Amino acid sequence: MGKYIARRLIQMIPVVLGATFLIYAMVFALPGDPTAGKCGERPCPPAYVAKFKEEHNLNDPLLVQYGKYMAKLVQGDLGTNYYGIPVKEDLQKRYQVTGKLAIMAILFETVIGIFAGVLAGIRKGRFIDNLVLVSTLFVIAVPIFVIGATLQYYLGVKLGLFPVTVSAEATTYELLLPAIVLGSVSVAYVARLTRTNLVENLRADYVRTAVSKGLTKRRAMGVHALRNSLIPVVTFIGADFGGLLGGAIVTERIFNIQGVGGYIFRSISARDGIAVVSAVTVLVLVYLFANLLVDLLYGVLDPRISHD
Amino acid sequence: MTDATLAVSADPTATHAGEDASRSLASDAWRHLRRNPLFWISVVMIVAFVLMALVPQLFTSTDPNEAILRQARERPNADAWFGRDIQGYDIYSRCIYGARASILVGVFTTLATVLIGGFAGIMAGFYGGISDSVVSRITDIFFAIPFLLGAILFMATFPNTVNSPYAVVVLKVVLALAILGWPSIARLMRSSVLQVKPNDYVQAARALGATPLRIIRSHVLPNSMAPVIVVSTINLGAYIAAEATLSFLGLGLVYPAVSWGVMISDAIVALRTTPHILFFPSLFLSLAVLAFIMLGDAVRDAYDPKTR
Repeated sequence: MGKYIARRLIQMIPVVLGATFLIYAMVFALPGDPTAGKCGERPCPPAYVAKFKEEHNLNDPLLVQYGKYMAKLVQGDLGTNYYGIPVKEDLQKRYQVTGKLAIMAILFETVIGIFAGVLAGIRKGRFIDNLVLVSTLFVIAVPIFVIGATLQYYLGVKLGLFPVTVSAEATTYELLLPAIVLGSVSVAYVARLTRTNLVENLRADYVRTAVSKGLTKRRAMGVHALRNSLIPVVTFIGADFGGLLGGAIVTERIFNIQGVGGYIFRSISARDGIAVVSAVTVLVLVYLFANLLVDLLYGVLDPRISHD
Repeated sequence: MTDATLAVSADPTATHAGEDASRSLASDAWRHLRRNPLFWISVVMIVAFVLMALVPQLFTSTDPNEAILRQARERPNADAWFGRDIQGYDIYSRCIYGARASILVGVFTTLATVLIGGFAGIMAGFYGGISDSVVSRITDIFFAIPFLLGAILFMATFPNTVNSPYAVVVLKVVLALAILGWPSIARLMRSSVLQVKPNDYVQAARALGATPLRIIRSHVLPNSMAPVIVVSTINLGAYIAAEATLSFLGLGLVYPAVSWGVMISDAIVALRTTPHILFFPSLFLSLAVLAFIMLGDAVRDAYDPKTR
């Protein structure tokens, strides 16, 4: 187990290096002048521009810049943005908000998705199955920003059931509707994945054996069929966590949430390179660790899979 | 001697006559597909959208860029079937013309991801060893970058100007989505090739002295393409939705391209007073996405005997 984790961690190093370099290169290829507009309605004096460039290593070749950045990063220093504010401070606040949003979305998609998938799977071909299939198809097909804007208007503005926008505190109640919107597409995938796998496993020999040796139907389904059907579902949910953090950008925009997505978006527009790279680097790390966690979970769900 | 030759040459004719009994996987899948009403519904919808993309003049004679401000926000009427938007554009005409950008982005992105991902997957799966390690790590790097954020960064790095021609505007979106979309196809292709490679017919071809290129072309590729075809059909719908998301964020397609995403983005502000401006482009977008997802689902069911 320890050996497996160590190997996976070592494999992560080139991936993190490669991904951050790609992002770094793209960010610093961004057109535009980062000092634009910093000195009021006139161009900045050359002395200031020179000092600014010196401070942010903008004169070095790309690889040297990247090296200097990474050297600081491994010490846990995410640098300062172009306004002199440490990126770490900003990110801490914003990752709490986006993280909370993503975890709520994951909870929503796990609970509702698996429940709907199980309902559909055990009643294959019946009304509830078709209902789940059609409604999930509908949710997948309608773009998330249309779902978000429509729900915000009808549930928030017209019926007043949910807060329309999210304040800086981002309470759980305020994040409820955005989390449902964010998780809506994934909930459909989870439901369909659970259904497909459950239907397949319910016909497997070991389930028939379990039933014929006298287990209750509930136990045969819950313990034998469902547990095996959940492996692809767990894979999906694990990979989805990183995707939700990144994909939250649309939801955050609709509900005015002060999260990471908005931060990255604004930093891109402001040509604030370090802020973008650091924020995305954290996303990449979260994604990789979520995947590792999922792979370790396999062993719990399926005893045949071992990492020794 | 003559008897033996006769017996050998008689064999192929025998199997030929009994083709109905032993069909190939593809023809078996086609027989199953033919009887699936969902398949025909999606095909009809896709043909309609492709026709709209190729010859929009068949459906409307109104210029999509003709703005009649006097009639802005007009509700659906006999003159403008879907009403007019905030700028006074004819929504029906723009919905028809918008198909072109979406279909182009979807088709080209899918083609690019299948080509890049398929090539990478074969390099990794068929050749193995060092080639596998290198290609798999590169795939991991691109896979670790969040899809939407990566696309946003790419679009911000290579922004459109007012004078960008239509083809450049569309191709940039294709490139952004393809660069971040190919790893999933590469992984799929790799695992699919790994499943085909140990088969007897591949070993036989190798024993007969076939070159690796020939083995790939006539043995490995035809037998490992099925899952890639299914997933990329579903992805085609997802790319259309992704283009709309980018356009919604203001980074995707711009004038002169007419796009459902841009229309939806412009319509969000009108949701409260004139929701028809949002409804129609959303409907077209959802139907297009739905058509490709349904087609992919139908093809998967046809190829997978277990789900019958």
